[in-house]
Amino acid sequence: MSAITTAPRISARRRRTDKVMRGGLLAATIIALIPLILIIYYLLHKGLSAWTTSGFFTTDPTGSFFGNPGGIRSAILGSLEIIALATLISIPIGIGVGLYLTEYGKDGWFANVVRYFVDVMTGVPSIMFGLFIYIVLVTSRFGGTGFAAWKGAVAISLLMLPIVIRSAEVVLLLVPSSLREAALALGAPRWRVVFQVVLPTSASGLITGSLLAIARGMGETAPLLFTVSTAFGLTFSLGQQMNTMPFLIYTDITSPRTAIQNIAWGTALTLVVIVLLFNLFARLIASRSRMA
Amino acid sequence: MSASATTATGGRSSLERSPAGRIPDQVLKWGLSGLAALILILIAYFLIRLIGESGHVFSTYGLNFIFGNDWDVSRNIYHGGALVFGTIVTSIIALILGVPVAVASALFINEMCPRRLRSPLSILVDLLAAVPSVVYGLWGVFVLAPKLLPAEKWFASTFSFIPWIGGGIPTLYNYFIAGLILAIMILPIVSAISREVIATVPQELKEASLALGATRWEMIRMSVIPYSRSGITGGAMLGMGRAIGETIAVVLVIGSAPKIGSHLFAQGYTLAAVIANEFGEATGIHTSALFAAGLVLFVLTLIVNVIARWFISRGSHGTRGTGATGMTIASASGSDQ
Repeated sequence: MSAITTAPRISARRRRTDKVMRGGLLAATIIALIPLILIIYYLLHKGLSAWTTSGFFTTDPTGSFFGNPGGIRSAILGSLEIIALATLISIPIGIGVGLYLTEYGKDGWFANVVRYFVDVMTGVPSIMFGLFIYIVLVTSRFGGTGFAAWKGAVAISLLMLPIVIRSAEVVLLLVPSSLREAALALGAPRWRVVFQVVLPTSASGLITGSLLAIARGMGETAPLLFTVSTAFGLTFSLGQQMNTMPFLIYTDITSPRTAIQNIAWGTALTLVVIVLLFNLFARLIASRSRMA
Repeated sequence: MSASATTATGGRSSLERSPAGRIPDQVLKWGLSGLAALILILIAYFLIRLIGESGHVFSTYGLNFIFGNDWDVSRNIYHGGALVFGTIVTSIIALILGVPVAVASALFINEMCPRRLRSPLSILVDLLAAVPSVVYGLWGVFVLAPKLLPAEKWFASTFSFIPWIGGGIPTLYNYFIAGLILAIMILPIVSAISREVIATVPQELKEASLALGATRWEMIRMSVIPYSRSGITGGAMLGMGRAIGETIAVVLVIGSAPKIGSHLFAQGYTLAAVIANEFGEATGIHTSALFAAGLVLFVLTLIVNVIARWFISRGSHGTRGTGATGMTIASASGSDQ
């Protein structure tokens, strides 16, 4: 063996341990990828056959147990409506707080307290945001109804908020301070520096963070349980109960009928594809901005 | 106000902005500060309301709500000991199964695999985090639980001499399945933080041990792991925080039995799962008990997260990777000698 001549001092036992441990690390990496492969396999296997049933994307679920279970149109549109509203709430507030932390608060005590509690918020279980909105908006029948789609959107936006704030802060800090100083030296007021220098420079990073937050919010079920509840029909009114993809999967899993279980798989595939698309866009924008 | 007005009309230097010109600046500054304060107000308000709503239960049961073992909706008795037990047991199973795999894969990706494979492998592991929890639940119910049942039966009867781990007759949904799903769900976050921490190990340290004749593994064991131990522990704790609070995937595969299971493959319940399951039909003290379960859950995740942050900041060696600010990098490296 030529290896022995090049490394004569390493004993056979040490070389064996090295080999075994390296093999162990490789095995662990493969084990880590197995669940992903299995989940993708079953999603495609069961989900695609559901996709091919007629009217899967163009009809609403009927809710009837024996007859035609229908499609998932209202769930897709409901999810998109709720996430759109949640995005409108959480992105401006999130970027605003991020701007406060980088441009004004900096390393002051108040900014550090805010930073700490934003970190705390990232650790709060998603169902707690649902409970919060339930206490504040649902039991009080705020806005005239108990359950409503917009209340679910508020719960989801609370969940997205810490993700947006943290990513915004990281991205805003990447803007070189020489750019800010140059603008200030030219006599630009602070607000123009923020809106014409800081925000445009970090736009792509802010979009990446926002897209990741949207992808996260999209798949959440728990905050919707006691805020939106669910409905079968198609509605565009955010003041009513609404169908959503995660909730449809959640209820269809418990059905004993195979046709309805298959709808759960088809919906899951749809949901995962949409979430992955958001992730993909986020990564594309991030890598393009890095090249520029 | 009048003083500034006089200076504006009188001896204002040409470089100074007019008072009107300063207004947008003030609006932006206080508007953004207000938004930041809003976050704190929201969290404080939530805690106050949660304590208020669950006060009824705590005044009735006291600490028995956390330690007593009797949750019976039909008799209207709510001692949540079994829920706390289930929450902790499932998240510990998740840690035992998930953390070694996550850390080992992070070591492989950072220290062993060819550079070309590094980022594709990271992206693949990160993809697990993109799968919504309800999809994990769906997969657990229809694939994982039924396929693993025979293996669980074999395991329980073969290792029946080990208390709690073996023995008993496995049910379709149980602590182990819930823990296994949680292990898969925390894998990406533990792996990502481990990768980040391992990447900060100084190249000189690694080269020094290689130069002294260490093998690859010895270099990992003696240079990489000691340096990043604290950060990896923090990552594992963050993963545990996730596991404690995970709701939808767990509620589908935990079996929903509010009692302390007699063995690993018995049905159980968790704090988050009981809220999701029973909230819809709860009234009176039952609702209050579920809010109390929420409060206990909140405090548990809070404690775990605070410990996690402490480990991560201690293990950061002056270059905080997880969303740190330039200011904290500067201050941390100052205090870190």
